[in-house]
Amino acid sequence: MNHWLIAPLVLPLVAAMLILLLVGRRGVQRAVSIGATAGLLPIAILLMCFAGDGEFGVYRLGNWPAPFGIVLVLDRLTALMLLLTAVLALLVVLHAVNGDDRRGRDFHVLFQLQLLGINGAFLTGDLFNLFVFFEILLIASYGLALHGAGAERTRAGLHYVVLNLIGSSLFLIGVGILYAVTGTLNMADLAVKVAAAPPESAALLRASALLLLAVFGLKAALLPLHLWLPALYGHATAPVAALFAIMTKVGVYAILRTYTLIFPADGAAPDVGHWLLPLALLTLAVGAVGVLGSQRLRVLIAYLVVVSVGTLLAGIGLFNTGGISAALYYLPHTTLVSAGLFLLADLIARQRGIHGDNFVLGPPLAQPTRLGVLFFLGAVAAAGLPPLSGFIGKLLLLQAVTPAQAAWLWTIVLTGSLASLIALSRAGSRIFWKTEGDRAVAGQAPLPLFAPAALLLAMSVVMTLFAAPVTRYTEATAAQLLAPQHYIAAVLGVHP
Amino acid sequence: MEALAALTLAVLVTCGVYLVLRARTYPVVLGLSLLSYAVNLFLFFTGRLVTGAPPLAGAATPTADPLPQALVLTAIVIGFGMTAFVVILALRARGELGNDHVDGTGEKS
Repeated sequence: MNHWLIAPLVLPLVAAMLILLLVGRRGVQRAVSIGATAGLLPIAILLMCFAGDGEFGVYRLGNWPAPFGIVLVLDRLTALMLLLTAVLALLVVLHAVNGDDRRGRDFHVLFQLQLLGINGAFLTGDLFNLFVFFEILLIASYGLALHGAGAERTRAGLHYVVLNLIGSSLFLIGVGILYAVTGTLNMADLAVKVAAAPPESAALLRASALLLLAVFGLKAALLPLHLWLPALYGHATAPVAALFAIMTKVGVYAILRTYTLIFPADGAAPDVGHWLLPLALLTLAVGAVGVLGSQRLRVLIAYLVVVSVGTLLAGIGLFNTGGISAALYYLPHTTLVSAGLFLLADLIARQRGIHGDNFVLGPPLAQPTRLGVLFFLGAVAAAGLPPLSGFIGKLLLLQAVTPAQAAWLWTIVLTGSLASLIALSRAGSRIFWKTEGDRAVAGQAPLPLFAPAALLLAMSVVMTLFAAPVTRYTEATAAQLLAPQHYIAAVLGVHP
Repeated sequence: MEALAALTLAVLVTCGVYLVLRARTYPVVLGLSLLSYAVNLFLFFTGRLVTGAPPLAGAATPTADPLPQALVLTAIVIGFGMTAFVVILALRARGELGNDHVDGTGEKS
């Protein structure tokens, strides 16, 4: 048994407890937090090397055989998400130690627990365990969302907490129905039992599948459930907003996992296959309208996250290799670029004094060239212009559609890109060119504050340069996801 | 017994949803609690309603399913923690926003 599989859970948990014990010694707390987050990176790379050749890693907690005990399962998708989380978290924590972690209590504890929840949600092979990890990451995110205090944060945080508590109730009802019908909670076992379920339980299974879609849709900010996102992300502290860029992707991951494994599109609950694509395209359209209507840079970026969720779920909603592969290429790109833009928006806001990131006439920035180049890079990547990775991801998506779907998908995706382009150009010219008054007194951003944002945005360039190997990996991942019998065999297989 | 169980759940969920849709934080918190009670009962019922059966596999007599009880225990603990958190958050919102409206706007009366 490969014990490295549980390392992405043990490391943040131990780090969180250590940091809690080191209360009052901020330097040591920061060092532990950075160390633990940096430690996730080699572990994620190791796990990716293991999963890259198509093998499944199955970790049986307590060594109970699969349908009875809880299992952690590593496949290509999980490895990809773990690596993405590790890269994002390391750069975010490097930004946070420059002072943002002092704006509230216990930032690093919550940060590590959030990583525990995210990694656990990606690794677990048990539906109820997924609920537990969702709760862990949500509880940590409630604390982080309120980090820094302020009335706006409290207001957005209250909505977020109440919505997610209702979501958790629905999750439990969905899980309960599944358990009542099948008598199991192991995802691989569920896949077998759901496929073999008698026709009289079909209605219950459909209800459960749609309830789970509503829950994951709430996490992912799918159309009617996206309204909490712009306020929350737009007002959260910069490193928190950047970390939250992965939170919607946890919902996307759960949708991808559940509706390829437990409820495949041609299986017991076909509704999701019909609903997902239209909902995703509507999300994209509404997000694009929000992007155009934003009055602040960070709200604009939050709406870009909504647009990206629409794009991702449109790819997944195609339920073919090309679509899922395109979505999986687009997913790391959009997560890293949105996070980079959130950090950059914070740098910009600091240099504009009282004007912050509002689109109003303000003073020129202290470092217009550096920040301008970075903003240009991020805008090109986010809007999906050539040559950066956003363009490649969208191109892959446009190629994956069948001619029947092409009319809608091409129109909405391309219009969404145009809207993002217009809004980002307007934002850039308003912030960098149309200025008045003296240069802001606020000092220049030092390199440690500047580097994480730059590195996050540079990841887009890296993904462009290494587009071929990344695409090969995502195609293999999509093929693996669409052939769930191997996953099922690996989890339920003979005990080694 | 099934009908009574279903009716209990229906009443709890109805009251919970009604209260959650109120625009004041206190009814919302109460509604969330009612919803979580309903969910806990529902999870408990998924193990089927049997009385007087031991929660052991392999016995000759009919057995009660122990797993939903474990699930419900987890759900109760998480529900407790979340209720405590949302109460504190509601109090803080009352303090910072100046009233207990969920949007912090209040109604001019």
